[in-house]
Amino acid sequence: MSADEAAVNAEWTLPGHRVCLAQDEPLRLDSGVELHDVHVAYQTWGQLNAEKSNAILVCHALTGDQYAVENHPVTGKSGWWQQVIGPGKVIDTDRYFVICSNILGGCMGTTGPSDINPDTGKEWALDFPVITIGDMVRTQKLLIDHLGIESLFAVVGGSMGGMQVLEWACQYPENVFAAVPIATAARHSAQNIAFNEVGRQSIMSDPDWCGGDYHAQGKRPHRGLAVARMAAHITYLSETALTRKFGRNLQDRDAVTYGFDADFQVESYLRHQGSTFVDRFDANAYLYITRAMDYFDVAQRHDGHLAHAFKNTPVRFLVMSFTSDWLYPTRENRDIVHALNAGAANVSFVEIESDKGHDAFLLDEPEFHKVFEGFLEGCAEHRGLKRKEP
Amino acid sequence: MTPADLENNPKGIRVDLQLIADMIEPGTRVLDAGCGNGMLLDYLWRFKQVDARGIEISTQGVQACVSSGLSVVQGDVETDLKDYPDGAFDYVILSQTLQAMHEPREVLEQMMRIGKRAIVSLPNFGYWRLRLYMMFKGRMPVSENLPYEWYNTPNIHFCTIRDFVALTQEMNLTIERSLFLDEEGSSKTIGNSVAVANWFGEQGVFLLRK
Repeated sequence: MSADEAAVNAEWTLPGHRVCLAQDEPLRLDSGVELHDVHVAYQTWGQLNAEKSNAILVCHALTGDQYAVENHPVTGKSGWWQQVIGPGKVIDTDRYFVICSNILGGCMGTTGPSDINPDTGKEWALDFPVITIGDMVRTQKLLIDHLGIESLFAVVGGSMGGMQVLEWACQYPENVFAAVPIATAARHSAQNIAFNEVGRQSIMSDPDWCGGDYHAQGKRPHRGLAVARMAAHITYLSETALTRKFGRNLQDRDAVTYGFDADFQVESYLRHQGSTFVDRFDANAYLYITRAMDYFDVAQRHDGHLAHAFKNTPVRFLVMSFTSDWLYPTRENRDIVHALNAGAANVSFVEIESDKGHDAFLLDEPEFHKVFEGFLEGCAEHRGLKRKEP
Repeated sequence: MTPADLENNPKGIRVDLQLIADMIEPGTRVLDAGCGNGMLLDYLWRFKQVDARGIEISTQGVQACVSSGLSVVQGDVETDLKDYPDGAFDYVILSQTLQAMHEPREVLEQMMRIGKRAIVSLPNFGYWRLRLYMMFKGRMPVSENLPYEWYNTPNIHFCTIRDFVALTQEMNLTIERSLFLDEEGSSKTIGNSVAVANWFGEQGVFLLRK
């Protein structure tokens, strides 16, 4: 570790690993900007085998982070994929070496807009370059190289994590054996961009945002970020799930108040979601990451033909969608499958029956877990990894 | 039986599936359209080193396949074959499914487009027991092989072995091999004896090329 890095890491108080990459050669972003000394924070579970053939990269979603398994260091809540990753679980840490890094542009240790710009010594804020899903993946590739892993056994992830999975398969097909994009899309739809814009406008219209310079001015745009989270959170659920959970039930009262308090339980729930989110997330990071999602369009880079992106790919795919997901509906997941078929790829696809909406990939869905685990097991057999001990 | 059971009993697949498997060269690329729980795909992968893919409409079937390591896409054969490029496979298999298609001829055309060869197996409506059933009972036949009543059957386009042969001629397809299965489940070559096969075959199995 260099003296500079030690100095930067000294200010970093979160648990887990953190490395400084792109030191000799800068990371060239899609925007053309070059970033050097990129910090990447990550967690690992399980053991890398001698052949280095059992590594699985887990890609997190918009508001996720590298704490996929253990309790979150800020909120104390359980890891977002605790149900999926662990000994004997779907992603079995007794068999696989699992890596999850905080994405580029994030706010949990990887270089992002709230970090210090090494050129100016001041916080990046809106001077941080606009990033893409491709840039996030190139950063992950630097980390994988750093860990000495040439070929990943699998890259998996849901939602924005699924976009990273697709990007991995496009950019580094020779370095990925299997890819599992879940509840995602090969391009952000107009509706998705629209929802993201509501979130961004909400943040930017908070007077405490201060043109992005809130840290320097000792402020935080909590209200704007909370509203952004509330709007987004609705899109993660389904009508059925909301109705089952809350219906039109009133919160701690017997009658409506004819005012604007949180009369309904659903209002109270959303307010809670918004207010807890601001404790662990950075407003500018939210702007940058949602922008990266909006720019995502795999086909665009291949003359508008998604199939060209995957032509003769050696990667084995499992695409999964959920019936009640209206943010990344089955239709959009099926578009990926059709393109993979047209590219003669080895692809499996399952639509999982669930009424829990987009969030289903984070919840206890036995069928989802069963198919996922079976696919990995089948791939392990094809890859020549040892079978699971009975 | 599940695909996993095959490991212990490699010859344990349904006799008509075995006939299909025997028509396939090892190490080829195969698409099983309507692959059910993947029994044939599993056999082809394990014992013929085939690059095996499937399409299956039922969630249950797809889950069983993917969970046992097979590459299967949930979808409708009738609409999804068009997504595959020309000549993508060495063989496209349609086993006991053609009669359930809305546009059987169109499906067969798609199969011939994306595969160098197609293998089709179908129940023969010209089988003598079915003919007698119709003649004496005057009702649509219900049997062990065709267990549905007319109002709930998925089979909407029944044909006979002779009808199918006629269709292949109309489409200028070459029948490379053809077999029929009699009621004992033993297979015989159809060859030029279509009339015999049409009376005594419960099922027909055809290997086709353009």
